[in-house]
Amino acid sequence: MHNASKHLLFILAPLVVVFALLPGVYQNHLLLFNFVIFLILAQGVNIIYGFTGYLPFGYVGFFGAGAYGFAIMVMHLQTPAPLAVLVGGGVAVLLGLLLTPLLRLSGAYFAIANLAASLAVLHFVANPALEGITKGPYGVSLTGTFNPTHAYYAAVVVMALTVGAVVYLKNSPFGLALQAVREDAVSASMAGVNIIKMRVIAWLASALVAGLAGGIYAWYVSVFYPDNVFSGEFSIFAIVFALFGGVATITGPIVGVLILYGIYNLIGFTTPQYFQLIYGLLIMGLVLFLPAGLVSLATRRGWHVP
Amino acid sequence: MTYALVAGVLFGLYFSLVGIGLNLVFGVMRIVNLAHGDILMLGAFIALGVVGIAGIDPLFAVPLAFVVFVLAGVLLYWVLVPRLQGSANPEMLSIILFFGLSQVIEAVTTIFAGTSERSIQSRLLGTVFTTIKVKWFGGKAGGAGPIQIFGQGFPAPWVIAAITSLIAIGLVYLYLYHTRLGTLTRAVMSRRDEALATGIDVDRVSAAAFGIGLGIAAVAGVFAPFMFGSVTPAFGADATVTSFAIVVLGSLGNPLGTALGGVVYGLCYMLVQTYLSSWADLLPYVLLIVILLLRPSGLLGRRVRVA
Repeated sequence: MHNASKHLLFILAPLVVVFALLPGVYQNHLLLFNFVIFLILAQGVNIIYGFTGYLPFGYVGFFGAGAYGFAIMVMHLQTPAPLAVLVGGGVAVLLGLLLTPLLRLSGAYFAIANLAASLAVLHFVANPALEGITKGPYGVSLTGTFNPTHAYYAAVVVMALTVGAVVYLKNSPFGLALQAVREDAVSASMAGVNIIKMRVIAWLASALVAGLAGGIYAWYVSVFYPDNVFSGEFSIFAIVFALFGGVATITGPIVGVLILYGIYNLIGFTTPQYFQLIYGLLIMGLVLFLPAGLVSLATRRGWHVP
Repeated sequence: MTYALVAGVLFGLYFSLVGIGLNLVFGVMRIVNLAHGDILMLGAFIALGVVGIAGIDPLFAVPLAFVVFVLAGVLLYWVLVPRLQGSANPEMLSIILFFGLSQVIEAVTTIFAGTSERSIQSRLLGTVFTTIKVKWFGGKAGGAGPIQIFGQGFPAPWVIAAITSLIAIGLVYLYLYHTRLGTLTRAVMSRRDEALATGIDVDRVSAAAFGIGLGIAAVAGVFAPFMFGSVTPAFGADATVTSFAIVVLGSLGNPLGTALGGVVYGLCYMLVQTYLSSWADLLPYVLLIVILLLRPSGLLGRRVRVA
């Protein structure tokens, strides 16, 4: 069997089936929804960081843009929710296009500029001067479209698409070319790879999935403030989850989300500051002792990890 | 207008102090110290402790904070950095590593100090000067009122913070350009591998720079309660982004550049706040992006980026 169809059959299909069936068995739907959202975001980070090496420290900018794209469509044009989610994804892609010049920066400069960009979008959206459009810092309330069941299944669909995209990257000449650019841009361009086009496509793809996730999140929670949907925690969590599992793999980010977000929900709610402490120590230990993620435990033994 | 300009310069000098430690660490080690703002926050807590326990002028917290954090920095360097430098992509991983560190610092501070906002009465700062004046020259003891510059009154802590910043920047300059360790530091800044090949003990030089960088950050933190009104354990994250804006605005590895960056930032900040206050929050971020795109090496920098 072809590698790509193997990955689709043994990784993507079980994941989708499990998350589609779980709401019938497990009662805490919000928790399941958050798992799906973080799976999307971690894979989105995987697309841009794992395959191109750009660390999107302000990844939440796309998420928040998607959420506000959704909110504005619903508030001002009474658009049906699924269409508004698509618009949210579109808004995120537009923001991504606006930020493409950042790809000229390298290394830490990119990460910091991206962080600054997401904060700039947050302060722009939360500006009281724009209250007529975004409701400024006072938050939006979208009770008209509130439908958590549909939103949950929409999230599962987007998750399937995102994981599918990573499967494609992992198994296609395009993904191979991207990794070549990440390792050595000059050699890759000499081998005939169009570096700029490659990077921009990966960048916009990861913006799109984050925007869709943001739109669905807005649909699900229906009441939120700028600080909620632009919270830096989304970027950080997504990056840490992806890194913890191991980037540039299909399974790494999935494993990372399931383990770390699971731990978070076990101890995080009751004592946030102790959780923060453990989390910080975990991150430091991860970088110092396991910089290539959990999957490197297997790859070091010579096992192949998809 | 005069008020905004002078306040901008005063704040700008202080902002330079905030940024300069970060500049030193990034310039020497290519490490992004995302915990920079948290060191500032800890410096502020040292000032709170000095006032709360000893009840003396918070200025005494300056040498204390500096010494404590130079030592802590050297220690931290040996625990974290050599291992980090051995990994595949130290610059990127450092972002995540120091994010973890900042989480730890924030969490520990929250556990011990709670999340409430804390501030120090601003008249406490500088009491040592008035006491000396009274003792040596006679005259009346009293709270230091606003200081007059160009016919406008400014809070005394602003002026004291600005003067301390000037002194600190001067000392960093002396260190970098007139001591042997400083010369070595500059060598490591420009070419790490060549410095290593010449036989410079890169780790020792870097550890010193890391310690000094953290020490200066803590000193800047001592003034934070006066410049920003109050501090909370969560204050660190915002301070980090602001520091980055300042450092990038100036240029990497050039303390005078950071001084300039700080003053430019302070002036912009005050002017925007005076004339377009609802957009003031946006400024540091937009400024940061624009400068990064137009001049990645900063206002005074030479080009350092390859490909």
